[in-house]
Order: sequence, then C-alpha cells, then structure tokens
Amino acid sequence: MTELLRIEDLKVHYPIRTGFWNRITDYVYAVDGVNFSINEGETYGLVGESGSGKTTIGSVIVGLEKATAGKVIYKGQDVTKASSRRKIHYNRDVQMIFQDSMSSLNPRKTVYQIIAEPLHNFEHLDNNAMDKRIKQLLDIVGLPQRTLYQYPFQFSGGQRQRIGIARAVATNPKLIVADEPVSALDLSVQAQVLNFMKDIQKEFNISYLFISHDLGVVRHMTKNIAIMHLGRFVEIGTRDDVFDDPQHIYTKRLLAAIPEMDVTNREQNKAHRLAIEKQYQDHHADYYDASGRPYPMRKLTDTHSVAMTREEAEAAGVASGKAEADALAKGGE
Amino acid sequence: MIIGKNLLEAKGVGVDFRINGEWLTALYNVDLSVKPGEVLALVGESGSGKSTFAMSVMALHNPNQSRVTGSIMLDGHQIVDATEAEMRELRGVKVGMIFQDPLSALNPLMKIGDQIQESMSAHSIVPKEQWQEHTIKLLDEVGISKPELVADQFPHELSGGMRQRVMIAIAIANEPDLLIADEPTTALDVTIQAQILDLIKEIQAEKNIGVLLITHDLGVVAEMADSVAVMYAGQIVERGTAEQVFENPLHPYTRSLLRANPSLDTLNDQLYVIPGVVPALSEMDHSRDLFLERVPWMQEAAKEKVSDVPAEPEEGHFVRGNAWKDFKFQDGYLEPGRGQKEAQSK
Ligand SMILES: Nc1ncnc2c1ncn2[C@@H]1O[C@H](COP(=O)(O)OP(=O)(O)OP(=O)(O)O)[C@@H](O)[C@H]1O
Ligand SMILES: Nc1ncnc2c1ncn2[C@@H]1O[C@H](COP(=O)(O)OP(=O)(O)OP(=O)(O)O)[C@@H](O)[C@H]1O
Ligand SMILES: [Mg+2]
Ligand SMILES: [Mg+2]
Repeated sequence: MTELLRIEDLKVHYPIRTGFWNRITDYVYAVDGVNFSINEGETYGLVGESGSGKTTIGSVIVGLEKATAGKVIYKGQDVTKASSRRKIHYNRDVQMIFQDSMSSLNPRKTVYQIIAEPLHNFEHLDNNAMDKRIKQLLDIVGLPQRTLYQYPFQFSGGQRQRIGIARAVATNPKLIVADEPVSALDLSVQAQVLNFMKDIQKEFNISYLFISHDLGVVRHMTKNIAIMHLGRFVEIGTRDDVFDDPQHIYTKRLLAAIPEMDVTNREQNKAHRLAIEKQYQDHHADYYDASGRPYPMRKLTDTHSVAMTREEAEAAGVASGKAEADALAKGGE
Repeated sequence: MIIGKNLLEAKGVGVDFRINGEWLTALYNVDLSVKPGEVLALVGESGSGKSTFAMSVMALHNPNQSRVTGSIMLDGHQIVDATEAEMRELRGVKVGMIFQDPLSALNPLMKIGDQIQESMSAHSIVPKEQWQEHTIKLLDEVGISKPELVADQFPHELSGGMRQRVMIAIAIANEPDLLIADEPTTALDVTIQAQILDLIKEIQAEKNIGVLLITHDLGVVAEMADSVAVMYAGQIVERGTAEQVFENPLHPYTRSLLRANPSLDTLNDQLYVIPGVVPALSEMDHSRDLFLERVPWMQEAAKEKVSDVPAEPEEGHFVRGNAWKDFKFQDGYLEPGRGQKEAQSK
C-alpha cells in the first residue's frame, strides 16, 4: 500500500460579507480540520450531509479552491501551493468529475471539443491520434459516435454526466475526484460506469476520491469511508467498520435513512428512521460542541475512528472549539 | 387505490426534436395520468425521454426546435396548443416543477430570496406583504438551516444539495396542484432526502396534490409511489401500481432494471449491466419492442412489429409487446433478489 495523497488538517473558511462596507462579519466553516489519505489504486469514499464540505475538499485537491489552512501532500511532496504543482504534472494527473454536469460543460462547445481540451493541454497528439482517442473515450462511456458534434443541451442529464467522465479520464490520470459521478445516471448506465471505473482502476492503478450520497454505491465501490458532518469528519473506517458497526449518531442516522426497496414495509421503515432521528435530537449535545460542531476524532481500532462524545472530549481536555472560532473571526478583520 | 378524476391526462403524446436539420422522435405515443393525491413515479434509462415528457407538460420546449403532438389535459386545460400567455397563468399554480439541473435553472446573478419572491410575484396566491416571510418559511421547510443568510446569497455560494432545495422551494411557492419533481433528491444526502420526501408527502396529503416523480432511485420509488410507469426509448413499456411493478415486473426491461440495482447486499465485484446501449434517436423504430435488441437471445422477437395498445395481464397493470409472456434470463443471468444472494454465498 503506497500512499498517493494525504490531506493534513485542511481548513477552508469562506468569509461572509455584509453591510454597506462589505466587511467580513463571519465565516462559513466549510471544511474545518480534516485528515485522511488515499492509497494508490484505492477508492476512498466521502459521504456526508449536503453542505458539509465534500465538494470543497475535492475542489482544494484539484486546485479550484484555496486552502485556508492545512496541507495537500501528493507522492510525498507538498502541493498546497499552485506553483509546486506544475513540475510534477499534478494538474494532468489529478482530475475531477463534477457534480453539476450541465454547468461544468461549456455550452458553446461540441462534445468533441470538450473532450479534446485536456488532451490539447497535456498530451501532444496529432489529429489522427486525437480522433482515435476521442472516439475510444466515447465508446468507453457508452455514447454513440454520432453525438460527437452535438452540444451539451442536446443531451439528457445522464448523457451529459458521461461526457464529463470521458473528459476526466482522457489524460489517464492517477487520481480522480469523482463528485457524485453517477447520481444522474439510471441504474444500468450507473452499473456500466461503476464497472468501468473499477476496470480502469485495475488496469491503470487509478485512485478515486469517491463522493456520493448513495450508500449502496459507496459500499460497492470503496475500501475506506469517511463520514462528514458540518465541515468535519465524524467517523472513518473500512466499509465494514462503517456499515456493520457504526458508532457516531450521525452515521447511524444516515444508515437509517436509506430508502428500502420494499413496497410492503413503508411504515415500518419510516418508524425506524424516526426513532433514530429522535435519538439524534435528544442526544445532540453529547455529540456536538457548544458551537454545534463535532468533537475531534479518536481511534477505536487501527482502521476505525470516531468523533469523541462530550464526556470523552472533556476528559481529554480538548477545547470546545469556540475559542478557536473566535480567534479566527478576529484574525479575519 | 386512488380513485377520482384525472388531474393530468396525457394521451398519445409525441415529441420530435430538430437535430442538425433532421426531425427525430424522442417521445412516442405516451399515455399517462395522475389523479389528485397520487404519486406517479416515472422511471427509465437515461435518455429515454422522462424529462422531455415533463417539459412538455410545462410547455417549455422551444417551438422552433421541437414539436409536441397528442393531448395533455391539465385540470381541464389543453396544454399542447396553449399560448405562452395561458401557460404563464398555469405554471406555478396548476403545475410546478423541480428541475433536474438546479444550477442551470437558477439565475446566477440574482440572490436566492429574490428568485423565490419573483416566482410569487408572477401570481397573486401569496399577498405581497407576506413574500419576505413566506420566503424564509419555505427555505426553512426544505431544511435549510440558516434561511435568512441563504436568502441573501447567490447560487454559486451554495452546495449542490442546497441549490436543489432552493429549487424545491420555488416549485412549491405557489402551491401547485400538480408537482413535477425531476430527480428532486439526487444531490441530497439520504437524511435530507428523507426529509424532502416526507415534506412532499405532507403537502400532498394536506393539499391533495398530484405528484409526477421522476427518479432512477428505485428505493425512493418503493417508498413514495402509488403507481409506476417505466419508460424505454421514448415509450412507456410498463405501468401499474407500485406493488404490481415491484413484485411482479413483466417487461424484460423492467426486470433487467431491477437487477442492476446495487442494493446493500450485492457485494459481488461486478454489477449487472444490461448489454448494449439505447439506440440513437435516429435509429429508433417505434413500431417494435426496442429493448429486445439488447437481449442477445431475443433477436428474432426484436424484429417483430408490436401493437401500440398495451396488454393488460392483470387489472391496471399494462405492458407493451409480447416478450413478457415467456421472457427468462439466460445462463448466468439471474433474477433480482433471491438469485443475487445465492450467487454471493457461493
Ligand atoms: N464560493 C462560496 N462562497 C461561500 N460559501 C460557499 C462557497 N462554496 C461553498 N460554500 C459553502 O460551503 C459549505 C460546503 O459546501 P460544499 O459544496 O463543499 O458541500 P457538499 O458537502 O459538497 O454538499 P452537497 O452534498 O450538497 O453537494 C456550504 O455551506 C456552502 O454554502
Ligand atoms: N433540446 C433538445 N434537443 C435535441 N435533443 C434533445 C433535447 N432534449 C432532449 N433531447 C434528446 O431526447 C432524448 C430524451 O432526453 P431526456 O432529457 O428526456 O431523457 P431523460 O429520460 O430525462 O434522461 P436522464 O435520466 O438522463 O435525465 C435524449 O436522446 C436527448 O438527447
Ligand atoms: Mg457537493
Ligand atoms: Mg432527465
């Protein structure tokens, strides 16, 4: 197991500006101190509440967003700064499949031009080789050749997502940040794309940071999983740790909310979900600090970590998080 | 079973698009209906025409690049030949839509609160002095935790799931009779998804509205839908109650779809993939059962013409073509559920 990418204490805080002078009055703690690493050829799953900071982490990794604090280490080198990325071909080797397929595709470009773009930037192919490569990519994602000269609006949501995938894999990257890569796809195409992602992973030893709300898909695809809530991780573990032995209340809540493929037990499923929901409401203060954020992580086993409870955090003397937040708000003035 | 008169009644609906100068059929002879208080789920392969159908109920297809035929009755109004002025009256009030692509459906230059208020200003359902308050209430209802802050932000400052919830707030702002929800929860985590689905159910029960739910998440369908319609290559291949379609799926496509689901207990390495791809629009011959082209052992049957009138093997359960009568998965192809578990235990 060789480590490919490591994230150290990453923070991304967006300023909130208000009033006539547009002064910074507060911050959105989009990502607030997360640590994890992705091994070569492995898939790391990132699951969590909507708005918890998953896309932001992905954007920092591909360089679309700046880290407020913390480090991105790629193959042992610090690549937090853009200037340090160029010489090691980081921008070619690390690609992203975007969550919002429509807005990430230039509406004035044809499919051909969209897929050709990263190839122009990073590979030096002659016209023939370029044509061949693009057609091969279309085959891989299951789009007919005749769509090459169509524009994004002429495709369905799922077809557009496949154009984004073809673009992301065009340069044979080492790491792909896949942000909800299959959520717009129907089951069969989804299966096709997931199988394809696994195939190229085996063939080219690609790593994925796999962001998804679909826990069935995450369970199918990933080896290790992080559960994210409110800018922090609340639980990290292997697939089995998380699915069979969930520890944090938020993880339990997520698992209880998975819709069941069972038409006859609707009421029962809902009752179970509402019971966990009530437990979450009643015991909220045990799992979240004074400012409402999860406590720091502690190790349970070599693979399984979970955010502390209040009791544990107090015993360990870890600050409530409030002092830190105040200091930061001051620093931003 | 939900009884009463139809809120939405589509009969023989067709949609053609002009692509590179050529007219191609994307939707062919679609019959669908939704009653007040009913949730109809529309499922099917990517590119099969689900959004195209939804957009024709909203009359949002560009008239220069597309033509819509057949009849779409919405609470007594004929949509197919309605003028744009008539449609402006109906949209939002009679029918509201949650669009599939939230970022491109929101105006990037306008604050969230203003966009919600703009949708209220088009109709006189909510009195002007309550717009502000109603906006905050709507954002709160769709599970946004700091509604005042979010109302003051621009779309790019929100996460994918937050944008989707804003879209939902806009769609329900004027309390439409029919809510079309095109993949309303794909960008949402399961807890918020559950919350949104509960909210849709609540509004639906309270106001007795009809819901056309487009999704590829069969779990969501199983939890929400009263009835299910399955679409393939621009046609409805099967429809019936949720129980009928889930427990006794008939059409080969429906049965294949149910098998491709990566449910929590399928840990085998490869997922079931339906071989082949949906034919391009230019290659669709709608007089045949188009799915059969993709079933290697049914190539003869794939050439047969089939009736446009579906069979009704049990009451209220319709299926297109003849293949359902003796369809079986062949060698190594397993039935959903039972079969997959057996395969794993090996
Ligand atoms: N450009 C920005 N300016 C201000 N706030 C932002 C910006 N981008 C993101 N945020 C905020 O950061 C937080 C995290 O957003 P992010 O998109 O990372 O969430 P996510 O986990 O990907 O959610 P989803 O599952 O809904 O896509 C959200 O509260 C969001 O409003
Ligand atoms: N404006 C348009 N111009 C030309 N072709 C279009 C247009 N809109 C849709 N199509 C084509 O019509 C077919 C049906 O598309 P539609 O968006 O209805 O699919 P869908 O079932 O909603 O798929 P998805 O699940 O991927 O969203 C597709 O082949 C698509 O390429
Ligand atoms: Mg996101
Ligand atoms: Mg669609």
